[in-house]
Amino acid sequence: MEKLLNSLAGTVVAGFVLVIVEILVIHAIH
Amino acid sequence: MEFVAYDWWTQFVRWGHIISGIMWIGHLWYFNFTQTPTMPKIPTELRPAVVRFILPEALFWFRWGAMFTLGFGIILAWMNGYLLDAIKIGLGSNNHKFTAIGIGMWLGTIMWFNVWFIIMPNQNKVMGVTSATPDEVNAARRTAGLASRVNTMLSIPMLYGMVFSAHFY
Repeated sequence: MEKLLNSLAGTVVAGFVLVIVEILVIHAIH
Repeated sequence: MEFVAYDWWTQFVRWGHIISGIMWIGHLWYFNFTQTPTMPKIPTELRPAVVRFILPEALFWFRWGAMFTLGFGIILAWMNGYLLDAIKIGLGSNNHKFTAIGIGMWLGTIMWFNVWFIIMPNQNKVMGVTSATPDEVNAARRTAGLASRVNTMLSIPMLYGMVFSAHFY
């Protein structure tokens, strides 16, 4: 995880992956 | 007739929340996209200019931006009547918006905690505000940098939750 976050591009990609997780959570709850 | 209507105050608080948020996340992204990647390229003798002059000023607006964003945000959710539903991320209600804003609020709160209780105490060691050995300074720089990167990562889904909840439906 630290290796991923040491890369700025990795940080941004991880952020976008979390958006997909977030959308899935929103739709899973409703 | 009311001198200033309740709706006017919710708009004022929303505006306060957004401009404080831009102050906060603007500085967060400045640190991560501009300052940190540029530091290794700056000649050693010029680096103190960044650490001693720009960094303390940027951290001032950064941490107080975070504080006011959280404060205005909680007041706004309360004024809009969904503070509790958002904290429960919409569980028990039938509304996507509470889940979206709730996830955004939880991510924002984690980020606020990181700013005040992880990034700032460690940056104070880096800037020499609190005394630390050279080893402690190196560890503090790494911890602060990592927490800052975590916040940059979380800012992306946080902003999605905030904007989605207001504009998707």
